[in-house]
Amino acid sequence: MNPASDLTPTRTSASLSAPAPSGWAYVGYGLLGVYLGVVFTQSQVISWFRIYEMFRFDSFHMYGLIGTAVGTAALSIALIKKLNLKTLHGEPIHLAPKAWGQARLPGARYWMGGILFGLGWALLGACPGPIFALVGGGISVMVLALAGALVGTWTYAALRPHLPH
Amino acid sequence: MSLLEPWPWYVAGPLIGLVVPLLLIVGGRLFGVSATLRDACAALPVADQHTPAFLRYDWRASGRWNFALVAGIGLGGFLGLQVLGSAEATLALAPDTQASLRALGLTDLSGFVPRELVAWSALTTGPGLIVVLGGGFLIGFGARWAGGCTSGHAISGLADLQVPSLVAVLGFFVGGLFMTYIVLPVLL
Repeated sequence: MNPASDLTPTRTSASLSAPAPSGWAYVGYGLLGVYLGVVFTQSQVISWFRIYEMFRFDSFHMYGLIGTAVGTAALSIALIKKLNLKTLHGEPIHLAPKAWGQARLPGARYWMGGILFGLGWALLGACPGPIFALVGGGISVMVLALAGALVGTWTYAALRPHLPH
Repeated sequence: MSLLEPWPWYVAGPLIGLVVPLLLIVGGRLFGVSATLRDACAALPVADQHTPAFLRYDWRASGRWNFALVAGIGLGGFLGLQVLGSAEATLALAPDTQASLRALGLTDLSGFVPRELVAWSALTTGPGLIVVLGGGFLIGFGARWAGGCTSGHAISGLADLQVPSLVAVLGFFVGGLFMTYIVLPVLL
């Protein structure tokens, strides 16, 4: 299967055609990860209890945090589009729209997959980014959660032809 | 604000949101962590005939970037928890949340994870095993089916005004509320 024809909303078309980045680019990417990991821990979003609190609507913390993250990102994306900004390599920045798919149930993958993800999020109290921060932070049992997530990803891949999208 | 105090949402939210334009400018890449799980599965040394088509692609093109990012997140988690440290110690949960957790039978509300559930010693109990392995499985399966997780849909997708991402985020909450109000009280 051609991965470009497959829905991969987390990748832009620019990245699919981008040349292999140099070693320094990986360092930059790693530093961005360090920055994220520190913000994740210091704002307590990697806390199981904070996620539980969020789903009980007992605190504004997570809503304010996600809301201002989306607002900041939305403003930045609007600016990038308006100013027609390019990547550092001079490539155009193109954000591929997410397709609705062709299932008899419109958008089936988004709400069905979304519900399963939400079940896991509230159970484990961490989504993928925070899982990595917790592992690095010394909560070593989260390595098993990571292994579970890999098994889940592989199972999805195996069942994919039979699932509505 | 000291770096050692927990950072308020209005500081942390914009700091996380800024990662979206940074990744776009640096590599033309849209922020999303769970794609890394697909890259990692594709990178596993499994013979082609045993690998689903979804995992047969050149993972190096996207994987190396993603692996560098999550390795950084892990290092950042180490700095946050082991070096800076005190954000974990000063977790001030809403009183209603604390009461509800105690009603569920959780007594230790310190730290970032409930030690009665998320710990090696808790794996011998049914709830501990389900939380760690079941939770991980659902996150991996659900994120790939939905085409993204919290970062890809709730942050990047919503910021790009994508309606499918809004549907996915609503799904996250339907699943999360069901787990919190229906399943956890039975499981714990």
